[in-house]
Amino acid sequence: MFKLLEPNKIFQITSKAPGYVLFLFVVVLTVGLTEALILSPEDYKQSDAVRIMYVHVPSAWISLGIFSSITLLSVSGFIFKNKNLFLIAKSLAPSGFVFNIIALVTGSIWGKPTWGTWWAWDARITSMLILALFFALYLIAWRIYEKEEKVFKITTFITIIGIINVPITKYSVEWWNTLHQPASINILSKSSIHSSMLFPLLIMTAAFALFSLLIFLMKYNTELIKIKNKGLDRL
Amino acid sequence: MINELLFMNGYGVYVLSAFGFTLLSFSGLYVITKLQFAKEQNKFVAKFGSLNTDKANSAKLQRINKEILANATNN
Repeated sequence: MFKLLEPNKIFQITSKAPGYVLFLFVVVLTVGLTEALILSPEDYKQSDAVRIMYVHVPSAWISLGIFSSITLLSVSGFIFKNKNLFLIAKSLAPSGFVFNIIALVTGSIWGKPTWGTWWAWDARITSMLILALFFALYLIAWRIYEKEEKVFKITTFITIIGIINVPITKYSVEWWNTLHQPASINILSKSSIHSSMLFPLLIMTAAFALFSLLIFLMKYNTELIKIKNKGLDRL
Repeated sequence: MINELLFMNGYGVYVLSAFGFTLLSFSGLYVITKLQFAKEQNKFVAKFGSLNTDKANSAKLQRINKEILANATNN
C-alpha cells in the first residue's frame, strides 16, 4: 500500500495539481462570498453579525481536522517507519495553524458585538488557543531539530499530547457552562441551522478545504525538492 | 444599496474586518509558500547546472528530477 505513497510517483500528480486547485478555489470562494455576504439572510437575534460565522466556523473545523490528520499520519509514520507520512503531516501543518489563528481572531471579532467583549477565558476559546500552541510547537520542532529520527519522535510526541485537546475543544460547550454557543450542526442528529445559512456555510467550508489542499500541495512539493537538493549534494 | 451592504445594520465593521483578516491571511500564506517553493526550485536548477555531464545524466535517470526541471522551465 505504501508503494502508492512513494514521493517519485506522488510528485507527478502534486506538481501539476496546484494550478487546477487554485482555479477551483477561486470559483468556489467567489460563490461562497456572494452567498455569505449578500444572499444569505441575517439572523433574527444577531442580525448581520452572524455572517462572521461563514469564516469562523469553517476555519475552526478545518484546523481541528488538520491536527487530527497530522496526529494520525505521525503515529502511522512512526509505527510503519514511513518517512513520507511525516512529510505529508509536516506539509499540512502551516495551513492548519493559519486556520486556527483565523478561527481565534474572527471569534474574537464576533465576540465584541454579541458578548460585549473581545476575549473571554471560556472553555472553547481557551482550548482553541491551546491547539494553536500545539500547532506552533509542532512547526517549531521541525525548524529546530535536524536529525530525522529525533524530529520524528518529538513531533509525534507533540501530536499525541495535543490530540487530547481535540475532543476537549469539540465537547467543551457541552461539558462546561460556556459563553460560546453549542454546536448548531450535528452529523448524527438534526441540525438547528436553517438551510439558507447551512448552504453558504458548506460552500465556504469547501472553499477553505480547497485552499488548505492548495497550500498542502505547494508545501509538499517544496519539501520533496528540498530532499532532492540534498540528494544532488551527495552525487 | 452598496451603503446598506457595507453598513450591515451597524455590524459592517466587524463582518468586513473578519472577512478581510481571513483573506489577508490566505494571501500571506499563499505568497510565503509560493516564495519558499520558488527558492527551492531555483536552488535545484542551480545545483543541477553545476553538475558535470556524468552526474547530470545519472541524476536525470530519476523521473522526479526531470519533472522538477520541466516545471522550473515552465514557470
